[in-house]
Amino acid sequence: MTRIKLTVDGASVADDVEPRMLLVHYLREKLGKTGTVVGCDTSNCGACTVHLDGRSVKSCNVLAVQADGAEVTTIEGLAQDGELHPVQAAFRECHGLQCGFCTPGMIMQSVDLLAENPSPSEEEIRLGLEGNLCRCTGYHNIVRAVQHAATGGEVTA
Amino acid sequence: MTTTEVSTSSTTEAQGSTTEAQGSTTEAQGSTAEAQGSTNGSEIGRDRRRKEDARLITGRTRWTDNITLPGMLHMAMVRSPFAHARITRIDTTDAKAATNVVAVFTGADLGEEQGALPNAWPITPDQKAPAHPPMPADRVTFAGEIVAVVVARSAAEARDAAELVDVDYEELPAALDLKEAAAADADNGVLAHPDLGTNKSALWVFDSAEAGTGGDVEEAIAKARTDGIVLEREFRQQRLIPAFMEPRSVVVDPTGEQITMWSATQIPHILRFLLAAVLGVPESKVRVIAPDVGGGFGGKLQTTPEEFLAMVIARRLGKPVKYTETRSESLMAGHHGRDQWQRITLSATKEGEVTGLKVDLLADLGSYVSLIGGGVPVLGAFMFNAIYKFPAYHFQVQTVLTNKTWTDAYRGAGRPEATFAIERIMDELAAELGEDPIKVRERNWIKHEEFPFTTVAGLEYDSGNYEAATAQALERFGYDELRAEQRRRRESGDPVQLGIGVSTFTEMCGLAPSRVLGSLDYGAGGWEHASVRMLPTGKVEVVTGASAHGQGHETAFSQIVADRLGVAFEDVEVLHGDTAISHKGLDTYGSRSLVVGGEALVKAVDKVVEKAKPIAAHLMEASIDDIEFAGGRFSVRGTDQGMAIGEVALAAFAAHNLPDGVEPSLDSDATYDPVNFNYPHGTHLCAVEIDTETGAVKMRKYTCVDDIGNVINPLIVSGQVHGGLVQGIAQALWEEAVYDDAGTLVSGSFVDYLVPTAADTISFDVGHTTTPALTNTLGTKGVGEAGTIASTPAVVNAVVDALRPYGVTDIQMPCTPERVWKAIQGGGTEATEGAAAPHFSEETGMSGTADRTEGAGQ
Repeated sequence: MTRIKLTVDGASVADDVEPRMLLVHYLREKLGKTGTVVGCDTSNCGACTVHLDGRSVKSCNVLAVQADGAEVTTIEGLAQDGELHPVQAAFRECHGLQCGFCTPGMIMQSVDLLAENPSPSEEEIRLGLEGNLCRCTGYHNIVRAVQHAATGGEVTA
Repeated sequence: MTTTEVSTSSTTEAQGSTTEAQGSTTEAQGSTAEAQGSTNGSEIGRDRRRKEDARLITGRTRWTDNITLPGMLHMAMVRSPFAHARITRIDTTDAKAATNVVAVFTGADLGEEQGALPNAWPITPDQKAPAHPPMPADRVTFAGEIVAVVVARSAAEARDAAELVDVDYEELPAALDLKEAAAADADNGVLAHPDLGTNKSALWVFDSAEAGTGGDVEEAIAKARTDGIVLEREFRQQRLIPAFMEPRSVVVDPTGEQITMWSATQIPHILRFLLAAVLGVPESKVRVIAPDVGGGFGGKLQTTPEEFLAMVIARRLGKPVKYTETRSESLMAGHHGRDQWQRITLSATKEGEVTGLKVDLLADLGSYVSLIGGGVPVLGAFMFNAIYKFPAYHFQVQTVLTNKTWTDAYRGAGRPEATFAIERIMDELAAELGEDPIKVRERNWIKHEEFPFTTVAGLEYDSGNYEAATAQALERFGYDELRAEQRRRRESGDPVQLGIGVSTFTEMCGLAPSRVLGSLDYGAGGWEHASVRMLPTGKVEVVTGASAHGQGHETAFSQIVADRLGVAFEDVEVLHGDTAISHKGLDTYGSRSLVVGGEALVKAVDKVVEKAKPIAAHLMEASIDDIEFAGGRFSVRGTDQGMAIGEVALAAFAAHNLPDGVEPSLDSDATYDPVNFNYPHGTHLCAVEIDTETGAVKMRKYTCVDDIGNVINPLIVSGQVHGGLVQGIAQALWEEAVYDDAGTLVSGSFVDYLVPTAADTISFDVGHTTTPALTNTLGTKGVGEAGTIASTPAVVNAVVDALRPYGVTDIQMPCTPERVWKAIQGGGTEATEGAAAPHFSEETGMSGTADRTEGAGQ
């Protein structure tokens, strides 16, 4: 067991973890952050995407011990003071989700994408979300949601 | 682009009010304004944002795998690496001794107690179906079948210990190839289940001459051979995997006599019934809950070995247990879809009028006959004639057992296969005639004034307008301009060629009239149930037997109730997916929730109004004959007296002053059995650019105009269409479950099974025409499967259209760059080389499978 100490969604947490424990399992099993989900075993689906020190990572691809001392934001820490993050609101507004299983990862990746490129073209959005799989929406309205967030609501579903 | 249609639905007898249904379809630039509060009569047709979303976008969702119970144990499966083998020994000693392992079970340990998984649809009386134990004791029949279960205090410990279970197998020859399996018998070839003496499960036949619905197809073909056109084609429907995003998960909590099961399932009610029927547990002791379920597409329409084992083991141990599959397990052991060879013979006059269609299918069941697996091709039997007036039709399907994963429903279930074959061969007919593919369809389709129309397959299509949908699609698509561009590219010898694909589809959905199902030997009915509970505070609880897994029932059903009952959208709460709350239902599949479940809801709401009337009359001291109901208010005709339905609900709750003999409740139930299927249709047009030097296919434009009747929520409808399109396009271009020669699924992870990414796909142009269905009062038709059914042939037709000048007449799906390039080179259309090659071997230059498209992730 290894002692780790980190900040998750603004709260300081510390735990003893197995060195092999993945960050996603730490979040789900130790912290009860079940908003972050596991969709595959091969880092393809991106459902587990969170922010590690402000950049998106697939949390199935990071060991919990690697997050020692870091700041982690999950989907559950995105809304502030009861206000949805603009990207969360955009996904709802543009019907960018159906079953919702990919949604936490998709939103976290979209936030990162917009942080890096506030005015992406449709192609840039599609390439930026390439590492996140969705089986329901056909991506059409996910792209609209990111455009909606980027343009402050000019583009809609 | 924004289109808005306004259509007026039928006037309802109970209220005498007319509902105006606004079916607006908003595309990229549509309006976003979402007015708050309730407006009577205007909910239907409104692009309401979904009630489901708040929990889904904030990570507060209730997935089955999120559930943790005190003392809960975790299961891990040991699965067979062999497609067909005898289990000679299982040593569980080391696994049992591992840290925090509580128990290890084999098939022999559980014996008869585990029951056998049901087949609910024996399609013929003599169907051969091997017994299907959740965990066989002696013989495994596909790679991925469970041979032992480890139960431990944590999921990781269970997984670790599963590695320690030592299983000895004696490998048996495996029946893998569908055609070879169909040809094999006890003396020649390999049998998936040697005891059965054959791989043939059932032969199901429909013949229009025998059924009296049309002529003799052999006569039609014979005539066309001398004096017309006969086209004979064989198409391959490759094996697909539903690949829902949420892996399947089950939690079972035995509490004394009662047992609760949470499962990521589409079918909580059917599951409960079958758990009870198979395991001998009283149905009343079993509660099944499908909490938030992360997609299904048919893939969660199954009673699974994992669910049965969790149930049996939880009861044995008297402790809650959980099992969540890995993605590899999901792809390997969750049921697959499609997998057919289709031999199609079409006869026509020289002028291009179709005179007969003969369909001969081989369908791969995998190693067991799953819940409705044998019936999937039968669902397609009524759809090969599609939107056309064919005078003669013969259909037969031979279902075949192989040593591969079992198959069952996948989005469309039988109907995509049918639509693909007919739409492909109609294009071939157009090519034979040298005319536009739209023209040959026009000549043969049912004209709008000919509805209702009884088809050669015996179905009565109630409504439709193929001309209108096609006209709008051609206009939106810019068909003539794209054809002109195609000519230019052909004439200039452009290395990038343009192909235009057409698909005019219909489907039967809204499963299903119970007596029709009965006539097909299906093991259940096709009705749906709904309850409406009027709470004393004026809020309304709606219970539906449909079980959503992403469709947005909570929103769409709220809109229906809000309109019909005249209450605020926000005041309606839709409850579903828990057999203790929704005690009765037949769940969600086959685009049935709205058209069957929604209609049940309408009937339950109407009963509430009828129950409220005498109470309202009594309270307002009026004659019941003078009471009118509109906009949520009861009023006395000719006066300004009135009261809201919420007030009546409160009065019923207080029960202080009710008329004699009236029960103090407005709550009502209804169970609705549809009288017919409904028949959405549409015209889909696709343009692809093909780089003839590399074989790469790039989608340029996709337009579809679907007629799904009246629209309850255009936003939800557009989402269903987009997602359906991509699944159908993925079949055409990317996805295939590939087995190697040993029967190992090599596309057993998302590295190899090519679910498309955002970078692989484009934005779609979606339009609608509206011909209300006449078989339900809402005038709605199903939309869940439409996009998937229509798009696959549109894309393949486009690919073939681009390459006709190169002499290409077919390319097997998925149309990978390798296959396309080879077709251009005249190299035939066999399976992609290397698709089943090992990832890292000298043979493949250590580079893994060859046909990965762009979009491999970051």
